[in-house]
Amino acid sequence: MYDMKALYQAKSVKDAVALRLAHPEAQIIAGGSDVLVQMREGRRAGAELISIQTLDEIRGVSLDADGTLRIGSLTSFSHITRDPLIQKYINVLGEAVDQVGGPQIRNIGTIGGNTCNGVTSADSASTLHAWDAVVELTGPEGVRRQSIHDFYIKAGKVDIREGEIQTAILIPKESYENCFGHYIKYAMRNAMDIASLGTSVNVRLSADKKTVERARVAFGVAGPVPLRAETAERLAAGQPVSLELAERFAQAVKEDINPRDSWRAARDFRLHIAVESAKRAFIESVKLAGGDL
Amino acid sequence: MEKHNIQYQTVRFNLNGKDVERTVDVRASLTDMLRNDFRMTSVKKGCEVGECGACNVLIDGEAFNSCIYLAVWAEGKKVRTLEGLLGPNGELSDIQQAFVDEAAIQCGFCSPGFILTAVEILESGKEYTDAELRKLLSGHLCRCTGYENILRAVKKTMYKRLGKELPR
Amino acid sequence: MSKSVGKSVIRVDAYEKATGRAKYMDDLCDRSALIAKICHSTIAHGFVKSVDTSAAEAVPGVVKVLTCFDAPDIEFPTAGHPWSTDPHHQDVADRKLLNRHVRYYGDEVAVVIAEDEVAAAQAVRALKVEYEELPFVLDVQEAMKDGAPQIQERAQNNILAHSDVRRGDYETARREPGLIKVEGWYDTPTVQHCHIENHGCFAYEEAGRVVVVSSTQIPHIVRRVVGQALGIPWGKVRIIKPYIGGGFGNKQDALYEPLCAWCSTKVGGRLVKLECSREETFVSNRVRHAIRTHIISYVRPDGTLVARKLEAFSNQGAYASHGHGIVAKGMNAFPQLYPCPNVECDSWTVYTNRPSAGAMRGYGIPQAMFAGESHIDDICKAIHMSPLEFRRKNLMPVGYVDGFSKNELYSDTFNQCMDKALELLDYRKKFEEYQNQTGPIRRGVGLAVFWYNTAVWPISLESSSCRMVLNQDGSLQFQTGETEIGQGCDTAYSQMVADAVGIPLGDVHVVSTQDTDITPFGTGAYASRQTYIGGFSIMQTALALRERILAVAHEQTRMPISNLDLVDGQIVRKSDGRVLKSLGDLATESLYSLESSRHITAETTAQIKSNAYSFGCSFAEVEVDIPMCKATLLRLVNVHDCGTLINPALAEAQVHGGMSMAIGYGLSEELKFDEKTGKPLNNNLLDYKLSTFMDHPTLEAAFVENPEPTSPYGTKALGEPPACSGAPAIRNAILNATGVAIDSCPITPHVLYRKFKEAGLIND
Repeated sequence: MYDMKALYQAKSVKDAVALRLAHPEAQIIAGGSDVLVQMREGRRAGAELISIQTLDEIRGVSLDADGTLRIGSLTSFSHITRDPLIQKYINVLGEAVDQVGGPQIRNIGTIGGNTCNGVTSADSASTLHAWDAVVELTGPEGVRRQSIHDFYIKAGKVDIREGEIQTAILIPKESYENCFGHYIKYAMRNAMDIASLGTSVNVRLSADKKTVERARVAFGVAGPVPLRAETAERLAAGQPVSLELAERFAQAVKEDINPRDSWRAARDFRLHIAVESAKRAFIESVKLAGGDL
Repeated sequence: MEKHNIQYQTVRFNLNGKDVERTVDVRASLTDMLRNDFRMTSVKKGCEVGECGACNVLIDGEAFNSCIYLAVWAEGKKVRTLEGLLGPNGELSDIQQAFVDEAAIQCGFCSPGFILTAVEILESGKEYTDAELRKLLSGHLCRCTGYENILRAVKKTMYKRLGKELPR
Repeated sequence: MSKSVGKSVIRVDAYEKATGRAKYMDDLCDRSALIAKICHSTIAHGFVKSVDTSAAEAVPGVVKVLTCFDAPDIEFPTAGHPWSTDPHHQDVADRKLLNRHVRYYGDEVAVVIAEDEVAAAQAVRALKVEYEELPFVLDVQEAMKDGAPQIQERAQNNILAHSDVRRGDYETARREPGLIKVEGWYDTPTVQHCHIENHGCFAYEEAGRVVVVSSTQIPHIVRRVVGQALGIPWGKVRIIKPYIGGGFGNKQDALYEPLCAWCSTKVGGRLVKLECSREETFVSNRVRHAIRTHIISYVRPDGTLVARKLEAFSNQGAYASHGHGIVAKGMNAFPQLYPCPNVECDSWTVYTNRPSAGAMRGYGIPQAMFAGESHIDDICKAIHMSPLEFRRKNLMPVGYVDGFSKNELYSDTFNQCMDKALELLDYRKKFEEYQNQTGPIRRGVGLAVFWYNTAVWPISLESSSCRMVLNQDGSLQFQTGETEIGQGCDTAYSQMVADAVGIPLGDVHVVSTQDTDITPFGTGAYASRQTYIGGFSIMQTALALRERILAVAHEQTRMPISNLDLVDGQIVRKSDGRVLKSLGDLATESLYSLESSRHITAETTAQIKSNAYSFGCSFAEVEVDIPMCKATLLRLVNVHDCGTLINPALAEAQVHGGMSMAIGYGLSEELKFDEKTGKPLNNNLLDYKLSTFMDHPTLEAAFVENPEPTSPYGTKALGEPPACSGAPAIRNAILNATGVAIDSCPITPHVLYRKFKEAGLIND
């Protein structure tokens, strides 16, 4: 039994917004795999909860008229992985969230929860950064859209304002079109783990597959929030595809990342793994895009 | 300290094929409700934070750790526990029998959760490689078996249901 | 006669467990129980100055708050050892139910009893504990230094115990010209048992006695400890042990049974349940001793061991629990495994401000084998000798007899096990192939053997009791004090009973639950003793029962006893093999006879004054991704000689589980502490890296069966041995792959990163 002061169950997004305004201190709960765990350990003991768990209207993946890929915030990881649209346009996201925890966690955990908790190690976060995802929030004033880069304020804190709930993650067409990516989760075991480092790379190659038109790389756990390594991205843009480029691209990520020392892993170790992972993910992305190395 | 006003809610759901209704404290987890209100002893508590898989149940055909699932969320759902697998005369289902035959059970504490995940795997009707099966079963921890015989039991049942020979 | 022993019969509890019907502690507890929750120390060392309970007591639903100032001033021992009537041989009594002098982060300070778990948790958070903080020490050798924080008043320099072994003359022998000196320091981690059912218990009073139903491996021992802790006669205590969700040695200690029993007595004997959370299980139960071992070997170039020295420092943590027994066992194995004429061994068990270390599967041997078997490969590297040939040359030879235990190696077990394993793994070919690789991804093979023995004689008492009660239908119930904890002893015992009595297995009903009011005395599940030790009392009791049955058969059939036999539940006339009557008919007639009614039962106790070596090996193959600092286990083969297999399928399953534990020990598991506060950092199943389904290769288990002559069933230890040699085999495989000798486990990516950097394999 959870030490919960009160539970408010939203019946619609509109209702959820009203409950948020009526109970500003209350914590939103989507799947529960974070909030309930924190409540049990005492961190959120005695809190009021607004449950949006049953809001099917923000569950599922669809394509907007302009080609934007819309992932409802309550879509579970396992449903993202299995979704045909995800598999077609941004398979790497499906692969990344398929490495969250274990199967049961992937059934309960939602992409909205994974981003709203503001955690740098979230398996979806680096890929969403690398694909310039947009966060859709619905509040009393209506819908607000924000770049995922600005959504993260600091460790554990994201930009959700009074009365708002996150309703979707959007992947614009220009982000995914002709882009191919690879995610490497570096963890201490192969399941039921959080990333010591998450590396997501994607590339768009020229029509002849010889040149990198655009490269993106983002990391989880390389800083207090997920981040892109733009120096490396700039370095690769317009360059001919080669193993040597992969090496330089990987070395350049060190310019932008800033992992910390913690009992989970040392800074120098994380830097080393970041470079190696960036290299491997870059090579894999180029191969997926049809390039030859 | 202020007196807590307990908030109750009536939950209607289908448990192992039967429509049921209970009024529960909204603070209860699904584990709490199944163990305390329905005396489902197959739903075990091993960590209460979704890391061990001992409390696993199937909700609308998917595996969930019932410890981090609020009881009130079961409203309208089809919930299955290990108790629901047994035949009318106490017959074991094929997957339970395979766990028995393959010595996949030792202390028995992780077994119910594992068997229910295996049910989800088997009901997909798909054929999986060993690596895929390992991944599909990876949400459960076991300290007794090294997972080896559990894999054998699930694999054997999968091939049997697919009508295929178990590869050597 | 159909024999049951040796067959892979289905577990007797399989159906109950496969259906979820098997009742564990919490399944038996009435939902009306009050809930007890413990307030644990949030400092690593100090004194509790005061506990302000007012806010906690004001929490609605709180029934009682008890603090270290309320607890009886009785120090008690907790180790699951048989008691000794010799005061010098008794376990160290160094903890109270609640402690004012707190000695680790997680010590018991107070307990709240409330109507529900939420109220209890709220009240624990509302307690205001004021401490006088003292300096603390986590490292075993730091704790031995003069001026280190004094953790237990009785232990000078925090040394709980020291023991040694001396053979020959190490100092003179090592001066022989031409010897090669190989020296190493080896560290093993603090790890936890991680049985999936946490420890928990519930207690209530009945007829002036306290009853505790507990998830324990050792009900009869817990009964004694509860009596000692509460200062009440042992007969006032009754312990019931239902099915338990694993133990692995953690539950071979009195854990919270004494505290829970005391709580019940403090609320008028009402039902009180105390369940450990996973976080508490990691910290406030028991852990495996972290042991640091220093080994020096002087070797001739041909691989002859001339002189050897071992120093082992065992991190006991805050309370004695099983204490020195663990490191002493490992130390005593050292001169036996590779006999050498000149040996000096010293071992120390040292208090630190860490969680208490107790028994854990292998009892000091996984630590000793990691150090010892890593060191053997370091010797081989230094003298350019194959690890296999070195072992063949130096391992304990057939006919070796240990002077203390009188154990004898009756068979060529080591060579037989290694032969089988090397063939399974194609070891020789791979070992050569994997020498001197280059490139980022390399493979390696490694091997390690292990020494183990069975049961605790002659260090402690070995005894077991068994009761058999014949039913009217010719079936029987039997009970022993030895406990089913998942390993399958109820099944193995049933097979033994069936054969020894002469009835079909289906007519044997095991009483799985131990209840100290009802179950004959037995000390429980530990030391891989039960199949061996239980075999004696089962055989003896079966013979007694048979004698009674045949005496009745004589009365009923008028045939001489010498011409009667009991085969497959039938009374048979030996001379012509004719079935005279069924055992059921005999039993019914006997029970209801108006002339001489007899209920046929037997109960005996066997004291066992023998012990048996149980040896084997692990062979591992790894792939090392050097830039990614990852070692992946590709194959692991274990081969064991545990004598005659009682149930091959269950034996194989036991080996799998031990191998899994060894993989975690070798590659991923470690309970970590904050150096600044002593606080445990990863006491949950997410941050503590227990192997998952995806972290194992196929586990390959095999056996050689040399029947153990001292056992009535030819059997000996198997429970713990599988956990003993996997980690050093993996370590040695990494050495073969990369040339890098790792001196600690677990061999995590963090360790590999540092070591590969030192070796120049990684240049950042």
